[in-house]
Amino acid sequence: MSFMGYPRPDGQVGVRNYVGVFATVGCANDVVNWIVRDVPGCAPFTHEQGCAQISSDMDTVHNTLVSLGYNPNLAAVLLVRLGCEGEIDDIYEGIKASGKPVAKIEIQKMGGASIALKEGVRIASQMVADAAKIKKQEFDDSKLMFGIKCGGSDTTSGLVSNPAVGAACDILIENGGRCIFGETTEMIGAEHFLARRAASPEVKARILEIVNRMEKRSNDFGVDVRGANPTRGNIAAGLTTLEEKSIGAISKGGTKQIRGVCEYGERHQGEGLFLVDGPGQEARALPPLAAAGSQIMLFSTGIGAPQGFPFVPVVKVTANPQTAEHLAEHIDVYTGIDTSADIRKLGQIIYEEALAVASGKETKAEKLGYTHTTDIWCNYPIF
Amino acid sequence: MTERAFVISKQDNVATALSSITAGEELTVQIGGQPNNIKLVDDIAFGHKFSLNHISAGENIVKYGEVIGRATKDIADGAHVHTHNVDGIRARGDLQGRTA
Repeated sequence: MSFMGYPRPDGQVGVRNYVGVFATVGCANDVVNWIVRDVPGCAPFTHEQGCAQISSDMDTVHNTLVSLGYNPNLAAVLLVRLGCEGEIDDIYEGIKASGKPVAKIEIQKMGGASIALKEGVRIASQMVADAAKIKKQEFDDSKLMFGIKCGGSDTTSGLVSNPAVGAACDILIENGGRCIFGETTEMIGAEHFLARRAASPEVKARILEIVNRMEKRSNDFGVDVRGANPTRGNIAAGLTTLEEKSIGAISKGGTKQIRGVCEYGERHQGEGLFLVDGPGQEARALPPLAAAGSQIMLFSTGIGAPQGFPFVPVVKVTANPQTAEHLAEHIDVYTGIDTSADIRKLGQIIYEEALAVASGKETKAEKLGYTHTTDIWCNYPIF
Repeated sequence: MTERAFVISKQDNVATALSSITAGEELTVQIGGQPNNIKLVDDIAFGHKFSLNHISAGENIVKYGEVIGRATKDIADGAHVHTHNVDGIRARGDLQGRTA
């Protein structure tokens, strides 16, 4: 199958053609939002990080921004910095290596936010005009990468919508494309099941490493994820063991071999299905999927979730009939809980919707503009 | 057509209720596309599981085609399957001397 997309200098293919406007530090967010408001065709990436953090967290912030800049849904990137947060040349040079146009502006050096806005609007407008010259072409679906997420889960998620989204992943992998999913916290209790699907002993060791590391983080705060899970609410709702809960959660990633593991904010540069380390919270869980290079996200939900992403369309899938009706403005695909339906057929329906979105169909989150809940996951205190 | 219980994989020995079911009710569940009749011996709430056959103490509980735990006592055909008769294998923080 094929879709209409935008070719990029590094051989990737975008399904959107935005100019990305990124804050290199949270203090630059306002100017980013003003530029995006004034220049149609821009998409922001704002967050609360990038200053007064230890070096490993700063590395995560910079690596994530570089990888986001590589996302093929962006034709060009404008970096907005305050100035006093430290050097950002690595971000600038990092994104430039993708072959895309990159520019940077600095609020303090230029004489304030108003001047930075004026200059930012001038640069972004030129970038949008240049991006408009890139013509859409037909590409094979093997050029696609799905980022997979579940959120606002309920009983129907583990039963139908997660496995159905997983079936859509399986179809893309079979067609030569790539997928990635994260939420390491949700893998605890199912790590043996994931490790069994590892393509090599090295990948198996990496899967166990990220799961154990996430569990240790929780233990370091005196919280035992295994002892506290499934939660009382989960048990009341019918979930009996952590294995059951976690297998239901990871079924969103399908059944294929796991070929690699990315650190948070790292690009997926391999083939097939990868995992990425990170938390489940939406604001911090969607960015690493975009950073990995996903052009489309599939988001399975039970009780409903509105979140999209600034430059990656997010396809919301639910199996819950009440949610499909009550939160219709946020749901793209309703699978239903029809027990005679084949999960693979539901996966095919989701896949076809994803291809339509790839070729330009707007998702509900895009129509609403509910796309700005973003941050970068950091581990240590902010000083 | 929304049915009253769902079996995810044909290897599973439990079904999940999609509505509240009362003890004594007989219903049909699809297992790998084949209809199977089952009589419930317990009340089953929405989202809870019941056994599709007799499960002996020590046997695996299978959902998603995967082992999700082990029976701690014999479980009759059509009985409620939950924390009172199943233990997790991977997730026993209490057995590892940790505090929740």
